[in-house]
Amino acid sequence: MPVKVRIPTPLMKLTNNQAEISAEGETIADILNNLESQFAGIKERICEENGAPRRFINIYLNEEDIRFLEGEKTQIKDGDEISIIPAIAGGAR
Amino acid sequence: MTDFTDEQIERYSRHIILPEVGGVGQRKMLDARVLMIGAGGLGSPAAYYLAAAGIGHLGIVDFDTVDLSNLQRQIIHSTERIGMLKTESAKKTIAALNPDVNVTTYNERISSQNIKELFEGYDYIVDGSDNFATRFLINDACVLMNKINIHGSIFRFEGQATVFHPKNGPCYRCLYPEPPPPGLVPNCQEGGVLGVLAGIIGNIQAVETLKLVLGIGESLSGKLLIYDALNTEFRKLKLKRDVNCPVCGDNPTIKELIDYEEFCGTA
Repeated sequence: MPVKVRIPTPLMKLTNNQAEISAEGETIADILNNLESQFAGIKERICEENGAPRRFINIYLNEEDIRFLEGEKTQIKDGDEISIIPAIAGGAR
Repeated sequence: MTDFTDEQIERYSRHIILPEVGGVGQRKMLDARVLMIGAGGLGSPAAYYLAAAGIGHLGIVDFDTVDLSNLQRQIIHSTERIGMLKTESAKKTIAALNPDVNVTTYNERISSQNIKELFEGYDYIVDGSDNFATRFLINDACVLMNKINIHGSIFRFEGQATVFHPKNGPCYRCLYPEPPPPGLVPNCQEGGVLGVLAGIIGNIQAVETLKLVLGIGESLSGKLLIYDALNTEFRKLKLKRDVNCPVCGDNPTIKELIDYEEFCGTA
């Protein structure tokens, strides 16, 4: 079942500037693989080689950080929304 | 009891008539000590409004000078101030706006060497810095010194804001344990920011600061506010303190300040 994935500005280059992507899967890991199949190269920007999200990027299932759920194994259900939130540093010197 | 001049009663009348503020709250603001890190995109609007509100003691840390390309968003400066130290320019603007505010300027680059001295004497730190090295340094110093960190950051059309309240909620490292390595984040040429976005996020930092000073409302501690200007959307995500956090966790490994290499990237 498709869920909505919100893509942060720094990664929108890889999604043809789309801020929202529809992706399918039963877990966060499935969703990340599905994103990769739609937009080659996006997964390595989000994840380390072992598949865990990079330490300066967090993935949220609805309002919850998946690190405090079951990480990449967190189950997805219909209507869920996934957000990818990278650290941004700008204060605009 | 709260000891205002007639002029102050008039200047702050719209605050004083708010039941949540009143004379007692206005006095809290006049007694408050807030340190602004950066008088740039976020620091400009935040410092300007905090000064208007009557925050009595504002410290401003910045080593830069005003550049023409700053003026698209850094509204505390002006065209005639190009080339002037940002700290001096900000102090001038604030003096013209509200003589009640004592501004202390620190024309220096923040590092592990001077940060503790800078933070000493301030209760609230408004982080308007522009790089990861400084943000992690500010976070660690706030945790080690028990200072409240009012955090904001911006990129293109998107902004983030939160409050890191040591012992009462998560810190920046609970959210992001380490800064990103150079190369995995877009470089500065790919950056850019809608000027007004800095105003929105900087002013959210100002509002959060005032709420904390007044002890009213619910702060953004434990919540990350995301603002998407293109879709006009605000979202609040939950942040949790990480018991394994390297600096504020149960068994911290970071006990000294770290100077990360500064690089040109905004993530």
